[in-house]
Amino acid sequence: MITNWTRRYTGIRNRGINPQGFHVSQIRFYVILVPLAALMLLPIIYIFSSAFKPPDELFAYPPQFLVTSPTFKNFTDLFSVLSNSGIPISRYLFNSILITLITVAASIFVSSAAAYSLSKKRFKLKQVLFEINTVALMFVPIAVTIPRFLVIENLNLLDTFWVHILPVLALPVGVFLLKQFIDGIPDEVIEAAQIDGASDWRIYWGIILPMIRPALATIAILTFQAAWNNAEISTLYINNESMRTLAFYLSTLTAATTTGVATSVAGQGMAAAAALIMFLPNLIIFILLQGQVMSTMSRSGLK
Amino acid sequence: MQIRRTLQKPFGKTLDSTLYTENIGSKLRRSFRGWFEREGSAYGFLAPYAALFFVFIVVPVVAAILLSFTFFDAVQPPRVIGLANYISVLTQDDIFMRYVLPNTITFAVIVGPGGYVLAFLLAWMLAQLPRIPRTIFALILYSPSMTAAVAMAVVWRTLFSGDQTGYLNSFLMGMGVLQEPIQWLQSPQYLMPIMIIVTLWSSMGIGFLAMLAGILEISPDLYEAASIDGLNSRWQEIFYITIPSMRPQMLFGAVMAIVGTFQAGAIGVTLSGSNPTPQYAGQLIVNHIEDYGFLRYEMGYAAAVSVVLLLMVLFFSRVANRLFAGDP
Repeated sequence: MITNWTRRYTGIRNRGINPQGFHVSQIRFYVILVPLAALMLLPIIYIFSSAFKPPDELFAYPPQFLVTSPTFKNFTDLFSVLSNSGIPISRYLFNSILITLITVAASIFVSSAAAYSLSKKRFKLKQVLFEINTVALMFVPIAVTIPRFLVIENLNLLDTFWVHILPVLALPVGVFLLKQFIDGIPDEVIEAAQIDGASDWRIYWGIILPMIRPALATIAILTFQAAWNNAEISTLYINNESMRTLAFYLSTLTAATTTGVATSVAGQGMAAAAALIMFLPNLIIFILLQGQVMSTMSRSGLK
Repeated sequence: MQIRRTLQKPFGKTLDSTLYTENIGSKLRRSFRGWFEREGSAYGFLAPYAALFFVFIVVPVVAAILLSFTFFDAVQPPRVIGLANYISVLTQDDIFMRYVLPNTITFAVIVGPGGYVLAFLLAWMLAQLPRIPRTIFALILYSPSMTAAVAMAVVWRTLFSGDQTGYLNSFLMGMGVLQEPIQWLQSPQYLMPIMIIVTLWSSMGIGFLAMLAGILEISPDLYEAASIDGLNSRWQEIFYITIPSMRPQMLFGAVMAIVGTFQAGAIGVTLSGSNPTPQYAGQLIVNHIEDYGFLRYEMGYAAAVSVVLLLMVLFFSRVANRLFAGDP
């Protein structure tokens, strides 16, 4: 161990990883990070600002970045206008919320049960199955859109609620992160519970799940983003307009603004408002859970 | 060792038992029951995920491989044509060779390693800030990755809008750089650079968070020891201490960067609003698959291109593995 005293007088330095407070040497990082962060933040600020712009500001020339006289008109428009097929936006919003809630809850259980098995259970195929899952981290779902469509068609899942949920649950990165996290729980904890006569289910439910809360929060965020932001499933697998999601509706709004001139004035304001509604839940959930995410990520290594 | 012994024992028993004149059926049943008691609950916990994994990942990949050897137009049943699809990908598909493949490689080589190095450097800088500013910066840098592509399309379309009300046009015309507005998203020479910028902008994703956490986990003692041993420059420190100590996170970040790069392939179509993109300027493999699969219904051919894409991802991940795997 090197004390602070020796550190100060021998010139031995910890190079400032995870410092406790401000130090002059950090200024150069701020010099790089502040402009970069500001640049990256611009589109996000734009989403907020244009959602509240009245029509004359949306189409002002020269364009203004920030809103000067904010209004809720875009939101009231959005909620009063029906889509081309006569569906109110509240229906899309309801679908999105319901689908996202069910998917997140199901994903937590499905992934954590699999991760528990792959981490703490003993069985012959364990190593092989975990390897397969690790290879599947490299899986690019967009590449097999067509065979996936054929599979879903053959399972009669087209135009059902399930098709929104089930494909999203096959999330290799979720199982991978949870398994790495459960590996950190000592075997003794589980052995002690077994001696006390706890069943497998009891160990999973009563011991493992409470101990991996940070990792569960991370999976919740990943699944939330995958489900809430998903427009492809509605486009590809759903023909019934009343079962499509908010993300899909937003994509039709942006398509309308580029093709039809007539729809463009009202459409662009509504699209901006809808984009804000899409973005906010992501932001709120990540802010609430970010501490948990970081503690999960420190164990995310691929060996 | 212990695991192996417990696994081998029951098999030894079943083999021996065939020597005795006992009913084989009851033997099998007993050994199944033994297996079920030992491993049944493990498979029970695994089953729901395994089933979904099989249906939505394994079957589509296998189906893509099988379909790639057929002619299939979604009307008649697939007809086996051997390697013909692959041969036409390599020799006859002019658009693939002239636009799609070079575009994909340009895009992947800049966005993949570029985004990855950027993510690492930013994570490294963030790790040297105190907790609260670090969290705020991490949130800002990560926020583009959590934004839905459809929501971002709203922003990019306005920012790069082709008439004078577009922000970029208005800004450049105000500065006197441009005399008249440019159709940014419709002109072949600008579409690709814009795609690259937009994708880089949202490349601080889960891999970035993993690397940040990895850097923060490295024990300060390592840096102190290195400082005593005379390691002095920052770059030496990054290459001899930081990266070797967080190889696993580096590899995870690399795989996520590769997957993210190829997964982002739809961006050109999202931005320009059409598939194929103007003069194929922003056409990536993913768009080519969609073009053939869903627009021309040449599903067998599209499957062959999908297989090529999956092989590319696998290849780049292997390269990353070579770079970061192994003991430090």
